[in-house]
Amino acid sequence: MYTKKIVIRYPADVVDQPIVYRLVKDFDLIFNILKARVFPRREGLLVLEVCGTKENFDRGVHFLKEKGLRVEPLSKSVKQNLEKCVHCGACIAFCPTGALHLDGDSMMVLFDAEKCNGCEICVSACPPRAMEVDLL
Amino acid sequence: MSGHRVQKTYREINEKIKQGKAVVVTAEEMIDIVQRHGDVEAAKRIDVVTTGTFAPMCSSGAFLNFGHASPRIKAMKVWLNDVQAYGGVAAADCYIGATEVAEGDPLNSVYPGEFHYGGGHVIEDLVAGNVIKLRAEGYGTDCYPARKFEKNITIRDLRDAVLFNPRNAYQNYNCAVNMSDKTIYTYMGVLRPRMGNANYSTSGQLSPLFNDPYYKTIGIGTRIFLGGAQGYVAWQGTQHNPHVGRGENGVPRGGAGTIATIGDLKEMTPEWLVGASFLGYGVSLYVGIGIPIPVLNEEMARYAAVKDEDIFTQVYDYGMDYPKGGELKSLGEVSYGELRSGSIRLHGKVIPTAPLSSYYKARQIAHVLKNWIEKGAFLLGEPQKLLSSELSSE
Ligand code: SF4
Ligand code: SF4
Repeated sequence: MYTKKIVIRYPADVVDQPIVYRLVKDFDLIFNILKARVFPRREGLLVLEVCGTKENFDRGVHFLKEKGLRVEPLSKSVKQNLEKCVHCGACIAFCPTGALHLDGDSMMVLFDAEKCNGCEICVSACPPRAMEVDLL
Repeated sequence: MSGHRVQKTYREINEKIKQGKAVVVTAEEMIDIVQRHGDVEAAKRIDVVTTGTFAPMCSSGAFLNFGHASPRIKAMKVWLNDVQAYGGVAAADCYIGATEVAEGDPLNSVYPGEFHYGGGHVIEDLVAGNVIKLRAEGYGTDCYPARKFEKNITIRDLRDAVLFNPRNAYQNYNCAVNMSDKTIYTYMGVLRPRMGNANYSTSGQLSPLFNDPYYKTIGIGTRIFLGGAQGYVAWQGTQHNPHVGRGENGVPRGGAGTIATIGDLKEMTPEWLVGASFLGYGVSLYVGIGIPIPVLNEEMARYAAVKDEDIFTQVYDYGMDYPKGGELKSLGEVSYGELRSGSIRLHGKVIPTAPLSSYYKARQIAHVLKNWIEKGAFLLGEPQKLLSSELSSE
């Protein structure tokens, strides 16, 4: 089984079309809605945790993209603002995936977006609030 | 003092600094020099060792004088961006403390509270030159008739802004773990249950007071790097306690000495004073401090070459033992070498470690200070009175 959190952005003109349900119907994927911001005739946003086989997941994402939706892994929305990060290292204790880690030579705290699962714990637990989620 | 093979005075070192001839190294660089050449040779070659620390330091704040309004007001209560400052100083003065939380913050009623803004952030905003909403209330007197005053200000509008921190640069601090079975939110950061992580908060071998463990060169009037500007040690810090267990190298094995610091906030920069929000705990201020250690003799050379492997601290349980108060029971002693390696071993368990103090910034501070001294822009301040030490007769 393959589980991934994704951010889907709808352009205003397709926001009222039923599209996402087809992930279940045609691609045998299950999803949990983690966050949704959908208004008529405005760009919409949906954060899903999607679960299924890797093959179906890829096909489903491909389908969404063909329908004109933008799809990104949620972790891509988490950013380390280097202007604000003081490299204190507090986040190493609570980041569950090791995405935030200390570089032993420079003693800088680095962010590896590939490892981030988008849990957002760091967003409220980083003392100078250097971790940001950029969802719209 | 006799018995030293190398002896230098503050005046001699300052002369060399003025001539651009002083030899300055950071506390990290000093380790290698003493190891390679020995303390006597190192003391001959090196004049000053620079240190640094950048960590949340709760006992910090600033005295502000906002001048007189017209009509005049005797400000009894004062708020800066809705964070209350202490107004009982004088008519136009207040003290903004780093840990004061903004009014209306839900605190921990939505647990764990996020504590977005407070005194530490006001100080950061001030040094950044940002606009601050100043609000004051008085009760009206014949000489100060106004009862309310409100104005948007920046630090430039203040007549005086003095950072005065009663307790900074703790010489050693606890390493915190959590033995309970729920996650806790503390001033030592987020601590996962069943010793899931261990947090610590000093810059170890770079930390100022570890490099002069008996305070032989640090005291009232010592000139320091404070918040990006030149500041001073004003007094020994609150809770200063030299009477603790020490290693053979003189380094305390737990919290010991502290300093009170003072400097002109108007000269400081937001890079070195940063507001902090501790999830579930409150607000604070990261303060950047660096102290130059004069290598007056080979003994000081030896002290300033201390390394992480030889500095120890105690691990305490913040889940149950710490909150209940009273004598704490150490769960074990660990070195900063181990802490900085990324994990410690305690009760047969490997526990990942995380710092709260930025070693990266501490190192930068040591380098900035080194640079200032090499350029002749920073002279040593000879202390008028040393911090009290267990060696002194006081
Ligand atoms: S907790 Fe925040 S400021 Fe500290 S190292 Fe992590 S991202 Fe940077
Ligand atoms: S979102 Fe979660 S996984 Fe990603 S960096 Fe933050 S704490 Fe780590």
